[in-house]
Amino acid sequence: MRLITHNMLQCPVKGCSKDNFPLRIEDAEIENADADFNPQFLKRMLDRIAWGALVQTSFSLGVAKLPESPGDPNDDEFLQTLHHVLLETRVKEGRMVCNGCGHVYPIREGIPNMLLQENEV
Amino acid sequence: MPDFPTPDLSHLTRADFRNVYEPAEDTFLLMDAIEEHPRINLDDDRQRGRDWPSVCLEIGSGSGCVSTFVAKVVGRSNALFLTTDVNPHAARATRRTGEKNEVTLDPVVTDLASALLPRLRHSVDLLIFNPPYVPTESAEVASPLPAPLFSISASWAGGVDGREVVDRFLPFADELLAPEGVFLMVLLEDNAPEEIIREVRERWGWTGRRVKERRAGRERLVIVEFVSGGDAHAG
Ligand SMILES: C[S@@+](CC[C@H](N)C(=O)[O-])C[C@H]1O[C@@H](n2cnc3c(N)ncnc32)[C@H](O)[C@@H]1O
Ligand SMILES: [Zn+2]
Repeated sequence: MRLITHNMLQCPVKGCSKDNFPLRIEDAEIENADADFNPQFLKRMLDRIAWGALVQTSFSLGVAKLPESPGDPNDDEFLQTLHHVLLETRVKEGRMVCNGCGHVYPIREGIPNMLLQENEV
Repeated sequence: MPDFPTPDLSHLTRADFRNVYEPAEDTFLLMDAIEEHPRINLDDDRQRGRDWPSVCLEIGSGSGCVSTFVAKVVGRSNALFLTTDVNPHAARATRRTGEKNEVTLDPVVTDLASALLPRLRHSVDLLIFNPPYVPTESAEVASPLPAPLFSISASWAGGVDGREVVDRFLPFADELLAPEGVFLMVLLEDNAPEEIIREVRERWGWTGRRVKERRAGRERLVIVEFVSGGDAHAG
């Protein structure tokens, strides 16, 4: 699971409406995989990223320290860091925990499993 | 328009296809519609300046064949290629098919697009769904819960009129589609595509039309394209 994907996931438990994003990543096995650097794509994505959540997650995983608010989209160094965090950093194994309801979502072989039990939908 | 080869699926075996929908006529017709789509497949000049789509999402990606193809046509670094499936075997096959073909797909195991909302609200530029559309008993339809006993029939079983999963998904599609977003969906003639096109025009103001059809055995497959409204939709 790349961190850009994590940035798009919210706890889907019915009635869970507080502290349900971002999901807290625990016991993560992190791996890096190269991706083509495409500044145009990154610029187009900036307004679809939940910035605070990305800063918090990247920091807690010890990946990179991103600025509190998005940097200058024409600053190459900022875009390179963003590229690495969003597109090259992956959680291979681990789990995500909802800070609101405590639901645990496993990540196995790099894939988050967001399925719920009967009493949660 | 440039041509693109069918993705390499040689890493998937008979054993994989006992647990994952094997690409079939519907899959290939959908890829043809993608390859012929004037906003998706661009000539070299326009491809260099491409600024759409940024976010692609395929629901029910199965083997990952279709999203891999989309990533090839759009260009692997030009967009995010998210996929979902309720079947964890399918999500794994999807990831592997991307890798085999040197593109990155981002699979999530979830019911329809549940875990991706509200984050992807009005943010999906290109939405794709080859749904379970075969008319069956309701009991055969894939459960949105972890399946205790896996059955491959859940990958095509569509319930009453083959419409149960489609009808449950349409309101999600309205939540997901960005202004001027494109939504391609596979249907059977038996699913009454014209009725669906009329319904979504009345409910959400999308423009829908058939872009491709083909006979497959006793069935007639139809690819329907919906385009969401512009500004009125953005609110
Ligand atoms: C007809 S197959 C299409 C597979 C692949 N996209 C293709 O074109 O070959 C339908 C897929 O939808 C998945 N599916 C069924 N119900 C679903 C649901 N509620 N949410 C997400 N995926 C679902 C099935 O597991 C299956 O992989
Ligand atoms: Zn929750």
